[in-house]
Amino acid sequence: MSPAESVRTALEALRANPLRSALTMLGMVIGVAAVIAMVAVGAGARDQVLRQIASLGTNLIMVGQGSVQRGAVRLGAGTAASLTEDDAAAIVREIPGVAAVAPSVRWGLQVVAGNQNWNTTLFGITPDYLEARDWTVTAGRPISDDDVVRGGKVVLLGETVVRTLFGGGDPVGETVRMFTTPLTVIGVLGGKGQNAGGQDQDDVVFVPLSTAKRNIPGMAKTNPRFVHSLVVKMGDGADMAAAQAQIRDLLRQRHRLAEGADDDFWMRDLSEIAATRDASSRALSFLLAAVAAVSLLVGGIGIMNIMLVSVTERTREIGLRLALGARRRDILVQFLIESATLSVIGACAGVALGIGVAVAVAGMAGWPALIVPEAVLLAVGVSGAVGVFFGLYPARRAARLDPIEALRHE
Amino acid sequence: MLRPNRRGGAVAASAFPSDLGGGEPLIVVRDLRRTYAVGPDRVAALAGVSVTVERGAFIAVMGPSGSGKSTFMNVLGCLDRPDGGEYRLDGEDVGHADPDSLAAVRNRKIGFVFQSFHLLPRLTARANVELPMVYGGIPRAERVRRAAAALEAVGLGDRWHHRPAQLSGGQQQRVAIARALVNRPLLLLADEPTGALDSRTTREIMELLRDLNRGGLTIVLVTHEAEVAAYAGRVLTFRDGRLAGDAPPADAAGAAVPG
Ligand SMILES: Nc1ncnc2c1ncn2[C@@H]1O[C@H](COP(=O)(O)OP(=O)(O)OP(=O)(O)O)[C@@H](O)[C@H]1O
Ligand SMILES: [Mg+2]
Repeated sequence: MSPAESVRTALEALRANPLRSALTMLGMVIGVAAVIAMVAVGAGARDQVLRQIASLGTNLIMVGQGSVQRGAVRLGAGTAASLTEDDAAAIVREIPGVAAVAPSVRWGLQVVAGNQNWNTTLFGITPDYLEARDWTVTAGRPISDDDVVRGGKVVLLGETVVRTLFGGGDPVGETVRMFTTPLTVIGVLGGKGQNAGGQDQDDVVFVPLSTAKRNIPGMAKTNPRFVHSLVVKMGDGADMAAAQAQIRDLLRQRHRLAEGADDDFWMRDLSEIAATRDASSRALSFLLAAVAAVSLLVGGIGIMNIMLVSVTERTREIGLRLALGARRRDILVQFLIESATLSVIGACAGVALGIGVAVAVAGMAGWPALIVPEAVLLAVGVSGAVGVFFGLYPARRAARLDPIEALRHE
Repeated sequence: MLRPNRRGGAVAASAFPSDLGGGEPLIVVRDLRRTYAVGPDRVAALAGVSVTVERGAFIAVMGPSGSGKSTFMNVLGCLDRPDGGEYRLDGEDVGHADPDSLAAVRNRKIGFVFQSFHLLPRLTARANVELPMVYGGIPRAERVRRAAAALEAVGLGDRWHHRPAQLSGGQQQRVAIARALVNRPLLLLADEPTGALDSRTTREIMELLRDLNRGGLTIVLVTHEAEVAAYAGRVLTFRDGRLAGDAPPADAAGAAVPG
């Protein structure tokens, strides 16, 4: 019997008992739907998180002064003044694959505009910083190299600061004061929203690095070249781990640290954060796979049960088919196709239902459902295999029937 | 090449090659044995049967209940394998063949008619008739054409789309006969084909079988009724798994009545 004939025969048999076939599929439908929906919702949520992490930049290495090892007992960040603008220049010069290094200083202070004031975080930066951290300027102009060289009294405001000091009006050209220094607002930063940790990234003001050092009292007392941190932006496809190791060696050498001494700086690779997130979503995937396996198992047992009933009911039919010239293989294939068809149709219905549920859930949760084509194919493929596997025992029973006894069966 | 039958249909005479296949008889059986183990006992359903059936013969098999008639038919039909003796069908040793070749022999050379019809209830008459061709690997278009012709030949050309439940017993048995003939077998085996039919329908079915036999088809049928056996040219009488009589129907009827 040809494969097409086998499929036709199997479909005919399933059509003969539509309600039973539908109920048998139900186990498969629910199992697959649950998996597809969970995968889609999970992928949507994960995509959301990954996008947040990507907004930080995954090809960035942050270097800060102070020791992570000494952590809580150190005497306060910045006192050691270990990291300098010269370190930044050395990294650009000596580490291959570096796209840019942006040194910065950071200070919490109050800015004043007219009779409004606001406590925020100030960054003293170079133009590279904007690029490395993917900041855009939506109104006015960014900080230029010239601003940095001159120590220009200019400032970029984050969206939150604009809202609180200027009530949403256009601040470009206005003046704000930092301590006693008046600064001209040259531009507004594009909004970034909250970071993955829930902090408002728009509550910042940026001034040229030199301006911050000169005009914030006490900042550059010990070493006029010092910076708080460096953002190292690597080129596309760079090996982040190797780059980190090279930067560490370079800085230890420049800081003349003895072998075995602690680093006097810390380093963080944002792809590490992404990897942690990835690991937790992998754990979720394992959970999903377990749920899928259990539901497919339950669906498969349901199919096996019905196929056993069906073989018993159709014993005379099997006997007749054998008498008319069916080989044992033909009978085996017929029942295998029946059970595989049950589970694959069930899986397809489950995929449709699962997508519907995912879209509904995601709509309520406020993020897009991501239908993963691999998950859909896998669900259909695996359930076909489950159908064949659980159909095997009933089909073998059918194929091993003795034609005479089968024909005589009541 | 077509000979008319009594119902106005036509049976393709060339479909049943009575005079082909060389000189060897269609069926040659030597010392055939089949023993069943029932608990500790051994029941010899066939205890050494030897018989030869010529091509084109019409044979009736009679005998008391339990005498081994059905067992004999099952072996002839390659549904069962003997555990002793020889069976050659159409010059081929089928007594020792493997299950797959026996399936092929059943499909190509043998047609079965059963007392209880054995039609698949969810299929139409035509789809039932198509079944042996499905397993014979015949393309769909040809199957439809041949099934329609076979139903026409048994006088049911207009009922091809009926399901078995929508047909009378006699009509169902005609569908079964069409199914048995559609692969143009050499041998038609019928175990009590009229056992479930009334006497008028029995007569119609037997006339159909007689016409088929006249067209060249070899028929072996089991019956308990002398009127049915009367259509045959030769009656084999079984007793306790052995052949107790082999004679034309008139003599057999006489022999069956003791005294
Ligand atoms: N599967 C079986 N297992 C055990 N014994 C069997 C089996 N089939 C048949 N027999 C025995 O073999 C003997 C012959 O049975 P068979 O069916 O051939 O008789 P029969 O002549 O067809 O009878 P009837 O006229 O009632 O149909 C009987 O004694 C029966 O009990
Ligand atoms: Mg019998």
